[in-house]
Amino acid sequence: MLGLTHYLVVAALLFALGLFAVVTRRNSVTILMGIELMLNAANINLVAFNKYAAPGAMQGQIFALIVITLAACEAAVGLALVLAAYRTLETVYVDEINIMKW
Amino acid sequence: MSGEAVVFYLLAAVTLGSGAVIVTSGNIVHAAAALVPALLGVTGLYILLNAEFVAGIQVLIYAGAITVLILFAIMLTEGGTGLGGRQRNEQTAVGAAVAAAMAALLIAVAVRTNWAPPAAGATLPSYTPGAIGQSFLGRNILVFEGTSIVLLVSLMGAIMIARRED
Repeated sequence: MLGLTHYLVVAALLFALGLFAVVTRRNSVTILMGIELMLNAANINLVAFNKYAAPGAMQGQIFALIVITLAACEAAVGLALVLAAYRTLETVYVDEINIMKW
Repeated sequence: MSGEAVVFYLLAAVTLGSGAVIVTSGNIVHAAAALVPALLGVTGLYILLNAEFVAGIQVLIYAGAITVLILFAIMLTEGGTGLGGRQRNEQTAVGAAVAAAMAALLIAVAVRTNWAPPAAGATLPSYTPGAIGQSFLGRNILVFEGTSIVLLVSLMGAIMIARRED
């Protein structure tokens, strides 16, 4: 019998994969991909809780839709920042972007 | 094992397998391409959870728009596929330990908690897109309008940041 716990475990593993990408990748575009994975893991949780904990209210799915919208905003602004950083500093590797580090 | 469980394990394997490719691949174009099956696997999980509208939006925005945006960013920046350079910083072992600890903690919480069953008689509406539309233009209208302003401002900001200065 498939239950809430199955979905929560998959979401936890997906979140850990995203976290691993964020802390170990050097390329800022792949860091953004890791952030997308983490947001998707959170969305799975929201939709699963909507079905298994409060099926009468639609708040879980509404929240997931808003998170998807804000993830699109975040991707647009993040990639614009990557392009701007590449244009001025000529690198996309986050450990080489250190002009504010003294 | 019921059909639903078989589909669930298949979708979870697709999602986590492609997620592993995204995280470990040295070729960042492969990583961006692996984003598509990962996001489509999550879409399948949404359909299993009776969230058809969220699944449709996921395909349109994530698998369609964000993946293309990421591929464009890879093409417009240095290095191309990234095969020439080092893709991982020197904290791989620590990062793996932190990620594994986070996964263990979250799984322990999910498995050990005694989740309360839903209230008797409460069921999902049979047509969720209609209920979502009613909710967005009723109870949640402030959130809806606020999100549209955030979307507008952030896209204008993205254009301003990415524009070449003359």
